[in-house]
Amino acid sequence: MRGEAGPGAALPGGRRRAESDPTGPGTGPGLGPRTPVPGPGAMMRFMLLFSRQGKLRLQKWYLATADKDKKKMVRELMQVVLARKPKMCSFLEWRDLKVVYKRYASLYFCCAIEGQDNELITLELIHRYVELLDKYFGSVCELDIIFNFEKAYFILDEFVMGGEIQDTSKKSVLKAIEQADLLQEEDESPRSVLEEMGLA
Amino acid sequence: MALKMVKGSIDRMFDKNLQDLVRGIRNHKEDEAKYISQCIDEIKQELKQDNIAVKANAVCKLTYLQMLGYDISWAAFNIIEVMSASKFTFKRIGYLAASQCFHEGTDVIMLTTNQIRKDLSSPNQYDTGVALTGLSCFVTPDLARDLANDIMTLMSHTKPYIRKKAVLIMYKVFLKYPESLRPAFPRLKEKLEDPDPGVQSAAVNVICELARRNPKNYLSLAPLFFKLMTSSTNNWVLIKIIKLFGALTPLEPRLGKKLIEPLTNLIHSTSAMSLLYECVNTVIAVLISLSSGMPNHSASIQLCVQKLRILIEDSDQNLKYLGLLAMSKILKTHPKSVQSHKDLILQCLDDKDESIRLRALDLLYGMVSKKNLMEIVKKLMIHVDKAEGTTYRDELLTKIIDICSQSNYQYITNFEWYISILVELTRLEGTRHGHLIAAQMLDVAIRVKAIRKFAVSQMAMLLDNAHLIASNTQRNGICEVLYAAAWICGEFSEHLEEANQTLEAMLRPKVTTLPGHIQAVYVQNMVKLYASILQQKERSGEKEGAQEITQLMIERLPQFVQSADLEVQERASCILQLIKYIQKLQIKEVPVAEEVIALFAGELNPVAPKAQKKVPVPEGLDLDAWINEPPSDSESEDEKPKTIFHDEEQRHSRHRQPEIDEEELARRREARKQEQANNPFYIKSSPSPQKRYQDTPGVEHIPVVQIDLSVPLKVPGMPMSDQYVKLEEERRHKQKLEKDKKKKKQKKEKRGKHHRHNSLHTESEEDIAPAHHVDIITEEMPENALPSDEDDKDPNDPYKALDIDLDNLVSGKPSRPLADSEKLPVQRHRNVETLKSPDSEAPLVEKKSKKPKKKEKKHKEKEREKGKKKEKEKKVVEEEEEKKGEDLDFWLSTAPPPASTTQPQSEPEVGAAVVPEAQEVKKEEREEREEEEEEEEGKKSSKHKKKKHKKEKDEKSKDKKKSKKKSHHSEEETTESVQNGTLDDEPLPPMSSYRLLAENPYIKMTYDIQGNLQNDSQVTVSVIFENKSTSFLKSMELNVLDSLNTKMLRPEGSSVHDGIPVPFQLPPGISNEAQFVFTLQSIVMAQKLKGTLSFIVKNDEGSTHEKLDFKLHFSCASYLITTPCYSDAFAKLLESGDLHMSSIKVDGISISFQHLLAKICFHHHFSVVERVDSCASMYSRSIQGHHVCLLVKKGENSVSIDGKCNDSTLLSNLLDEMKETLSKC
Repeated sequence: MRGEAGPGAALPGGRRRAESDPTGPGTGPGLGPRTPVPGPGAMMRFMLLFSRQGKLRLQKWYLATADKDKKKMVRELMQVVLARKPKMCSFLEWRDLKVVYKRYASLYFCCAIEGQDNELITLELIHRYVELLDKYFGSVCELDIIFNFEKAYFILDEFVMGGEIQDTSKKSVLKAIEQADLLQEEDESPRSVLEEMGLA
Repeated sequence: MALKMVKGSIDRMFDKNLQDLVRGIRNHKEDEAKYISQCIDEIKQELKQDNIAVKANAVCKLTYLQMLGYDISWAAFNIIEVMSASKFTFKRIGYLAASQCFHEGTDVIMLTTNQIRKDLSSPNQYDTGVALTGLSCFVTPDLARDLANDIMTLMSHTKPYIRKKAVLIMYKVFLKYPESLRPAFPRLKEKLEDPDPGVQSAAVNVICELARRNPKNYLSLAPLFFKLMTSSTNNWVLIKIIKLFGALTPLEPRLGKKLIEPLTNLIHSTSAMSLLYECVNTVIAVLISLSSGMPNHSASIQLCVQKLRILIEDSDQNLKYLGLLAMSKILKTHPKSVQSHKDLILQCLDDKDESIRLRALDLLYGMVSKKNLMEIVKKLMIHVDKAEGTTYRDELLTKIIDICSQSNYQYITNFEWYISILVELTRLEGTRHGHLIAAQMLDVAIRVKAIRKFAVSQMAMLLDNAHLIASNTQRNGICEVLYAAAWICGEFSEHLEEANQTLEAMLRPKVTTLPGHIQAVYVQNMVKLYASILQQKERSGEKEGAQEITQLMIERLPQFVQSADLEVQERASCILQLIKYIQKLQIKEVPVAEEVIALFAGELNPVAPKAQKKVPVPEGLDLDAWINEPPSDSESEDEKPKTIFHDEEQRHSRHRQPEIDEEELARRREARKQEQANNPFYIKSSPSPQKRYQDTPGVEHIPVVQIDLSVPLKVPGMPMSDQYVKLEEERRHKQKLEKDKKKKKQKKEKRGKHHRHNSLHTESEEDIAPAHHVDIITEEMPENALPSDEDDKDPNDPYKALDIDLDNLVSGKPSRPLADSEKLPVQRHRNVETLKSPDSEAPLVEKKSKKPKKKEKKHKEKEREKGKKKEKEKKVVEEEEEKKGEDLDFWLSTAPPPASTTQPQSEPEVGAAVVPEAQEVKKEEREEREEEEEEEEGKKSSKHKKKKHKKEKDEKSKDKKKSKKKSHHSEEETTESVQNGTLDDEPLPPMSSYRLLAENPYIKMTYDIQGNLQNDSQVTVSVIFENKSTSFLKSMELNVLDSLNTKMLRPEGSSVHDGIPVPFQLPPGISNEAQFVFTLQSIVMAQKLKGTLSFIVKNDEGSTHEKLDFKLHFSCASYLITTPCYSDAFAKLLESGDLHMSSIKVDGISISFQHLLAKICFHHHFSVVERVDSCASMYSRSIQGHHVCLLVKKGENSVSIDGKCNDSTLLSNLLDEMKETLSKC
């Protein structure tokens, strides 16, 4: 992946934690570690791509969510992830979810998974997606994703569906995308020729 | 045509395409919003055009804008238009837009149903694919219902590309339309063996996800998944399956044992970290669920801990983080194994990554012991000092408090040290946890009596230096500690040395800048201080001094009277008036101190935070009923206290009723103690071992060990708490030396005192005696408090709806065939030639899944063969329920499935045979039930003992009795005599402890299980064989399949596969009893063993060899032995605090309480300890010496049973069994 690989935004601050129990430890043995417990389930809830500047580049929600909530969650999560320092680990517990993110050049790839899902395999999934983008666009950069954002979606849709990985083979995903594109070109070919004429 | 196209293109030239839009937005950074609204206007124009290409372009741009956060829901209809375009290019864009912005609230979504259906059946696989992908994002219950059948058909599509998508989307469909699960499941299951790896992994994904939500319905798939696990090489699939097993093992511990080996192998062999991590996690989960059953898994735990250590030591932050995360799971059950890696965890506290530090902190919480608490806290305090950023510092602070206060301060040996730590923490600036520190100070000072003097001196110091703390007056800031300090100094003012000085500190003008609630406490406690100073002065005859102090109060109090805070103002004005009155009296030289001090007489007892909630509502009291007529305007009262301090204040008012003097209080307290001690039904809550002191009479008289203050209290240049670390080290060293030296008598005495403390904790800590007597007062709980508050499951859980019994489908025996109502809706008006109804599909599934090449399948085959044979010969078919679990049980009980290859195959017949078999099952069941009833009617019972027989059996041959006497003497006391009603005034219903084991036209077996007191690992199973036929039965041989835990005791030299011959023959109509001894290891769980009785039937026509399969159920109750217990011993047992507690409640009980008790005594082997009205305490003992105590209470139509037992698993299993018995009442 090309693109500038500058230092991460070194914002101070840390993770959001649940407000502490107001009853205090005097309540006796009931008090344990206060980490929010991620719920059961092992599916991906959503995937976000955003830039270092906090611009959303792609969002895919695998659980239908109201627009308002989506916006709020995206804003909040972006803030949390962008505030993390570059050497920090890629996982964090956020709300009742686990967030796995990885930065590739100027883009953050960020997945929210359910409590029982495997963080490392999600990281692997992100990496595969980047590889797929890379293969498809040929050394992908942020601009490719901005200007061909629908393609980025198509690739993701071939790779992950309903929050579950669809095909673990990169080859078959790329093959499916290429074939679908071929179909699209058949549709478009007369027009694009004419368009070029028009533009000329 | 061409012209039109050219025209369209020329039109489009002037439109912006997506690239132009993106570029435009980037070029208009200053007025982005304005530019975009302009673009949206253009898009609206474009959408009005007929040209679909223009529309698609517009929708594509809208999708981009939607991502930027603009609302595009107004274009939903246009999106549908683009979705229905015939060209793939546009369709793709339409579906993308829909998947991004449609949700259940989108009203036009119902217009898409037919379009989607059309696309699903398109000859172009990419059309289908794109429709499935889109649908997976926005499927609604309606869409799911209407399209479920179409999608199900696609699961068998010829192209794997479609199959895998169809399989994956089924999960979403199930969620939205749970009714589709049963009809679709067989086909889904079939896909687990799809030739295409992509489809297979999709099916694994979906079933695993379903199963993890409702594991019990999928238990019977375990063998299939086990096979997949051992054969698959795809890590993605493996991870899913392993995760699934993690969810299944808690339901079936035997599965865990089977899993450990392959999982450990994977841990050793895999190079993929994700898989390794998953395996370790599952092994941990498995071991946790096994922890009660299998002791020999330390090797596995060691392996996990080792691997995790490697992860934590790795330079990759991610692995480090996950290693710590997994470690904390082990910590809960195997703290010892983790504790040895303390060094590593402490190292992680220095990590630059905050998330890793926080994980390490979580771990530390569980790693502290008496030995290392001070050391760990010291380390944390250093971190507090260097921490940058308040968030992390606050986290450290709360962690320190959590660590110290956990399990009721279990690990604190020196409370002075702890108070010093708390005081040191007050130096933290900008913390939001002032209230936490304050709560700790209060808690410790109130509950640890011995520390009050020290605490008061420290608090007085805090009050004196209040200006340092009070600079930060924000809510919950550090100034909150002044609240605690003021209260402690006031309440325990008798320990205060320089009361005058403290009072003055509290009266400083600066105090008025504190938050209102703190000032209020100041004001109240000033008076307490004032009262004690007054008393002191009067006693020593310093009249002037007394008047001076009164004068001081009168001078300074007005500053509080002017307070803007109501509470402060009100308290201050009251008190001011009071003191003015006192002054008048003082001038008249009337002694007032005693009266003033009487205002604050009495002791405050700590009340457990949930005490109020747990007070049971008295019968007949309806809390929701209006006492008076409801007022016209409904005032909402906020009943919940907002902070603990409000809570505290309520306590004040409650306890401080001046009319109750100390004597009265003491009298009442004494009376209550007496009452509690004498009340066997008072189950005391004792969450930690320390609490066992609570009601021990005369605990105050235990002499308190003096603290050896050989080191000066202040060590210069060192923070206060550090000195205790040093002191403690020295103390421990000294103790050790003393111990190592000779054992003088005097020392023995001294140590003996400690011993009770120490013995409560782990052996390694035994040698650490607390520095001084830790007299922790237990918080008060109301009598008969309800023991636990159940957290209800979320009723809105969307996955609950998928809790559907699939067993008959799963095991391929549709004993409950799909009903008509369960068929998926099919659009009749459409061409449905490709659609198959789910019913016709089911046998197909079976056939496929019965391929004989699979081992498990072979086994099933065999089982089915047996079943068929039975069928033919009209033998008894086992209960339906047993059948369900049969395959699984067999698979679990024998390690390698027998490789039988000679079985003839006859698949077509099998399919046909199943349905009648199912009917047969029902019929047999009914018969069985009737017979059981008959049998029960014919039996007599006594209150305490079990041995009852059918009347018809009374005539039974003597040798039966003989054999019984031989093997267990406990029965001698109760022969088959009719004891009915001799012990009780009202007759009890007849009961029999003999349950049906199995039955066929020839023979009927009933059985009973008794524990053996002499041997803690044996039970005796008495089986009565009854010949029902007119033939002669001989050569009976009984055999069972041993499990790991339970084995039949066979004569020496015989193998585990040999049966035991029954020592008699049975002429027609005769019954006899034989006994079999079983050995077992763990008794905390019920067990089921499969077995077979083989015998020869001999009649006029010749002889035939017959078999009867049965299942022997060892309930937990069968491991109990009725043991009498005296009420005082019983009370002591309850008080000991070693017992786990659990309870159940059964509704709809109509039988009398006496019958109920008799039932529990009879079926569950308990004895009544004491009975008062509709309340009784009961006791029993297991063959392995577990004490089981019950408190049975009967309400109207319901019974609640609170139980206590050494082993929580045993208890919960026993209670479950009881629940079952009672629910039949």
